[in-house]
Amino acid sequence: MAQYTQFQPKAYRPRMSAYWYLDQWHYLRYALRESSSFFVAYFCVLTLVQLAALGAGAGRYAHFEALMRCPLMIIINAVALAFFLLHSITWFNLVPRVAMRQMLGRPTPDMVSSAPNYMVWFGATVILALFFLGVL
Amino acid sequence: MSDTIILEVARFNPESDAEPSYESFEVPLRPDWMVLDGLNHIKDQLDGSLAFRWSCRMGICGSCGMMVNGVPTLTCETLLMNYAPGPVRVGPLDHFPVVRDLVVDLDDFLAKLQKVRPWVVRKDDFKPAREFIQSPAQLESFHQFSLCINCTLCYAACPVYGLDPNFIGPAAIALAHRYNLDSRDQGIEDRLDIVSRHEGIWDCTVVGECSTVCPKHVDPSLAIQQYKLTATKEWFKSFLLPRGKH
Ligand code: SF4
Ligand code: FES
Repeated sequence: MAQYTQFQPKAYRPRMSAYWYLDQWHYLRYALRESSSFFVAYFCVLTLVQLAALGAGAGRYAHFEALMRCPLMIIINAVALAFFLLHSITWFNLVPRVAMRQMLGRPTPDMVSSAPNYMVWFGATVILALFFLGVL
Repeated sequence: MSDTIILEVARFNPESDAEPSYESFEVPLRPDWMVLDGLNHIKDQLDGSLAFRWSCRMGICGSCGMMVNGVPTLTCETLLMNYAPGPVRVGPLDHFPVVRDLVVDLDDFLAKLQKVRPWVVRKDDFKPAREFIQSPAQLESFHQFSLCINCTLCYAACPVYGLDPNFIGPAAIALAHRYNLDSRDQGIEDRLDIVSRHEGIWDCTVVGECSTVCPKHVDPSLAIQQYKLTATKEWFKSFLLPRGKH
């Protein structure tokens, strides 16, 4: 910063509002993307609880299933799923920012850079769905 | 449609005001007028005390950046008509100290820019007998990042810079990256020392607005994410070959 003399009045220093992310839609979208990490962590913990219930026997697992069927848990999980999807899609779409910028010496379209992530995601979802439906 | 438009312009007199306020002016709405033309009309016809920066009027000098309706914008290449019927709110660039009206203090940016050494650094006694040959592919690797005009719109769009003024910021990192990618340059390690600190690339949380507002399509966000990759690779190299030359 410049050194001010008594004849050179100080500049006005703006301060950011604590609610800056509400100013514009793209900042809000960013804040939602960042906060979606919380729901990813929630699903990880939920999966660990589910595995623990599974290991603890049929009675405990039935209790876990009953808990998951209650309306409040269904609402919480639906909201968490929405944030989970937002998290995955926004981060997959950011892949072209860092990786696979070029293929065979030519610039790669953004969708092509993101595609492997979506393919792995889709493949894993199908395998897990078949497993839980008892097909595998 | 009305043939005038209201410009709400930020006013701040450091000698008498505690903070900026907005003053409204009615200016002609002509199809070929930019926002800057509206400001010049105010200065020439309505209030000669209005302070703002501009020079080239063709998107080259980077001095006419302001917040127009809350978005960092080059006022010399943005049509006033885009905001009809108005009003249009014009303020100083966000996150910088305001010196007067629409003029901000860019010392912080200029100091950071100098720190990242945005010029070709050579370690040897480089006195080529002929010009340095650079292939089109080598040029292409950094060309996009060399288009920066130092307008600092990306700083005004970056909430990270607003929250942490120590952040080196988008344009300075993009320019450091530009010279790292230049086949004539040997300064990558010197720059890495500065740019790979926490207040450098790792402060960036990929908001991405810097790239959206950049009038020259420099894509500083891409430069920062690529720089993170370079820094990680260099870190692994120094970890695996602590004594090696990398
Ligand atoms: S990167 Fe773009 S927005 Fe930032 S200073 Fe350079 S030209 Fe301006
Ligand atoms: S006056 Fe030079 S960029 Fe606008």
